[in-house]
Amino acid sequence: MVSSFLRGVRQALPIVLGYIPVGFAYGVLAQKSGLGLANAVGMSVIVFAGSAQLIGAGLFGAGAAPFALILTTFVVNLRHMLMSAALAPKLKGWKKWQIALFGYELTDETFAMHSMRMSSASPPIAETFGVNITSQTSWILGSLAGYLAGGQIADVRPVGLDYALPAMFIALLVPQLMKPVYLVMAVLSGSLSITLFLLGFSQSHVIAATVVASTVGLGVEQWMNHTSS
Amino acid sequence: MDESHVFLTILGMGAVTYLPRVLPMLLLSGRNLAPWIARWLSFVPATVLAALLAPGLICPEGRLDISVNNLYLLAAIPTFFVAWRFKSFFGTVATGMGLVALMRFFL
Repeated sequence: MVSSFLRGVRQALPIVLGYIPVGFAYGVLAQKSGLGLANAVGMSVIVFAGSAQLIGAGLFGAGAAPFALILTTFVVNLRHMLMSAALAPKLKGWKKWQIALFGYELTDETFAMHSMRMSSASPPIAETFGVNITSQTSWILGSLAGYLAGGQIADVRPVGLDYALPAMFIALLVPQLMKPVYLVMAVLSGSLSITLFLLGFSQSHVIAATVVASTVGLGVEQWMNHTSS
Repeated sequence: MDESHVFLTILGMGAVTYLPRVLPMLLLSGRNLAPWIARWLSFVPATVLAALLAPGLICPEGRLDISVNNLYLLAAIPTFFVAWRFKSFFGTVATGMGLVALMRFFL
């Protein structure tokens, strides 16, 4: 079990490479928004969601009301529902409490990693938790470091830290494009997401684009199967 | 807001984040989904990651920018290549971040 867990730790290293800088950027922003250390790092423990935390820190800084913060977080993070459903069939034989813990650390990045790991085989549960726990630990440490450095740092851009998130998404997306129809739907989803974003739907664009493109993809796939058979 | 109210708000943010993460898994795990639902869900990894990525590359400053001044978009081309050709997750992330840092330094 220990060796499975450690294998998970190793698999998570690419996520760590992205989470430390993005967590750091969040920590800097949280410090500049006037959050206390405990709450700033606490958010990384309790919420653990990159984009929602960056938006949240900004809203706290702007003096937003609690209800607005909670509602925004809900909308921004609702996409995880689809990821959770997509992983559900892979969790055969898991106990409810294990699923409850696993779901706590489901992020865009851990989801993409698990959907690759679980696509053909079912890896040991300890390995899966190794990936998750390592990822969140690096996120928490990155936020802590960013918060502590926040007073000295004006901008996190010069060293390319701000590109950690896009680079991580590229690394996670490419292996998912196994069939041409997935590639085409990814392009469609990306285009829809940009369009909705530019139209001002800057919190619901991701989930809306995902739902539409997946539905179109299903339709195209059914139609292709129909015509070929 | 004082820090205790901030903390309560964060707990609320945590709750509304956790429920959508865990409920579908808890309710659907171990069940056999209808084949069309399973097929629909098989599109989610590719479509959700593309939807997350695209606005950051094409509108890094919040508005449309398809030009050579858009470092995010320029750096994405070799980063995609590395991801596709070498299938190294770590190498891809390092390439992207390194390129953006280098381009800022030299351009």
